[in-house]
Amino acid sequence: MVTQNVVYRPGSLEEAYRLRTDTGALPLAGGTDLMVRYRKTAGLVPDPGRPVLFIGHLKDLRRVEERAEEVRIGSCTTYTELLSQKAVPEILKRCITLLASPPIRNRGTVGGNICNSSPAGDTLPVLHALECSLVLGNIRGERTVPIDRFITGPGENALSEDEILKEIVIPKAAFSGWCYRKIGTRRANALAKISFAGLYLIESGEVHDIRIAIGAVAPTVVRSREIEKTIIRIPRTSLQRSTVEMAARYRPLIRPITDQRSTTGYRAGVTLVLIEQFLTAVLQKKG
Amino acid sequence: MKIKFTVNGRPETVDTDPMRRLLDVLRDDFGFLGVKEGCGEGECGACSVLVNGEIVFSCITPVGTVEGSEILTIEGYRNTERYRAIEAAMEEAGGVQCGFCTPGFVLAAEALLRKNPHPSEDEIREGISGNLCRCTGYSGIVEGIKKAAESEGVW
Ligand SMILES: Cc1cc2nc3c(=O)[nH]c(=O)nc-3n(C[C@H](O)[C@H](O)[C@H](O)COP(=O)(O)OP(=O)(O)OC[C@H]3O[C@@H](n4cnc5c(N)ncnc54)[C@H](O)[C@@H]3O)c2cc1C
Ligand code: FES
Ligand code: FES
Repeated sequence: MVTQNVVYRPGSLEEAYRLRTDTGALPLAGGTDLMVRYRKTAGLVPDPGRPVLFIGHLKDLRRVEERAEEVRIGSCTTYTELLSQKAVPEILKRCITLLASPPIRNRGTVGGNICNSSPAGDTLPVLHALECSLVLGNIRGERTVPIDRFITGPGENALSEDEILKEIVIPKAAFSGWCYRKIGTRRANALAKISFAGLYLIESGEVHDIRIAIGAVAPTVVRSREIEKTIIRIPRTSLQRSTVEMAARYRPLIRPITDQRSTTGYRAGVTLVLIEQFLTAVLQKKG
Repeated sequence: MKIKFTVNGRPETVDTDPMRRLLDVLRDDFGFLGVKEGCGEGECGACSVLVNGEIVFSCITPVGTVEGSEILTIEGYRNTERYRAIEAAMEEAGGVQCGFCTPGFVLAAEALLRKNPHPSEDEIREGISGNLCRCTGYSGIVEGIKKAAESEGVW
């Protein structure tokens, strides 16, 4: 006999929290990861083996709000919707235009990218570099967790069985420039071999802030505040002589999981080049 | 679960497993066989349909998530002046060979042109970047969309 999935389509976020607590149902936002993960042979119904909670339609989760100190993105806002919002940082928009293809961007959500917690999630290095935090809610209330403490391993994160990711909070900060690069086999639809996010602030000729976050080269996003600190406030002339050396400090952090997309050697080599090119570009920037 | 939506302008209600793929509902329940299954995992675009005017892959869309939406398949679109403009241009440019990918490309072209009636070649390539064609080598398709966009007052 063919079993039917148990599926809930709540009318409000409150109801979604309640259903999640009572049934432990699996949230489905755009479904672009879940429908592929649970697909069967043609014609058969995808079956996650547990109840499913549709949340993609909830208005409370599908909004962008700009405040004085931060931008708040509802977890179920689609990529296409984010591209049309002025408050969304340019580096995130650039990342989205290189992510998948228009039909995926019309359904896929940044909340889904975060909760899927794949090492190849393209928005993750950008969100790490922007130092986002995540608002996780359940029937009893909310808690806020920095993104680097939320994602704990490939496909693993700190979401509890009764929680839903509600919002992504991007703190506003001043930057002189940014860089996003994605290395993949084909422009559309290819998952990244490496994705790179860099942000920097230069004031009176000195690097005041620099953030480098790299995706797909380790079980979770690579970011080293220790290495960044060694770059900040050192005279530009000495940094100029040592970009290759600076980049090489990242070498021990590059430990990709085994996959079919690329090799460790390739990823390490190209990552160091990306870092070096970024540092060189930062140094050439006037200001 | 009862799910309501319109398909090609007609209000419909289906009572089915909400996790069923929109692709299967459109083909098996409604007989819209212009919606093709290629890869079944979001990589090829053969199953493309418009949901509220936006292009979507029906193979990875659970039918329960389109509650209240307007769905357009190639069967509904082919009664429009815009379809005829694309058809003529594709024919002229040699954008169709076996035709398996064509409904998806035509709907991708519509999704693009309704937002951007005068796209550059790069914008056209970006607009169809979710669709694969094993026959034409794409140039004929891109050329066809370019020509269609030149039709006066259609978009
Ligand atoms: C052809 C194709 C190409 C792709 N290309 C890329 C690419 O280039 N780069 C990239 O990064 N990804 C890519 N993806 C993966 C996918 O599209 C993204 O990860 C997308 O952001 C997932 O969002 P979603 O809303 O569809 O997630 P869903 O499939 O709905 O959910 C994904 C996971 O997150 C959980 N979840 C979702 N929302 C919430 C929430 N608010 N609270 C709690 N849990 C939640 C779900 O339970 C599930 O475990 C691609 C996928 C396909 C099919
Ligand atoms: S069949 Fe849906 S994208 Fe290939
Ligand atoms: S014409 Fe044959 S796949 Fe495109």
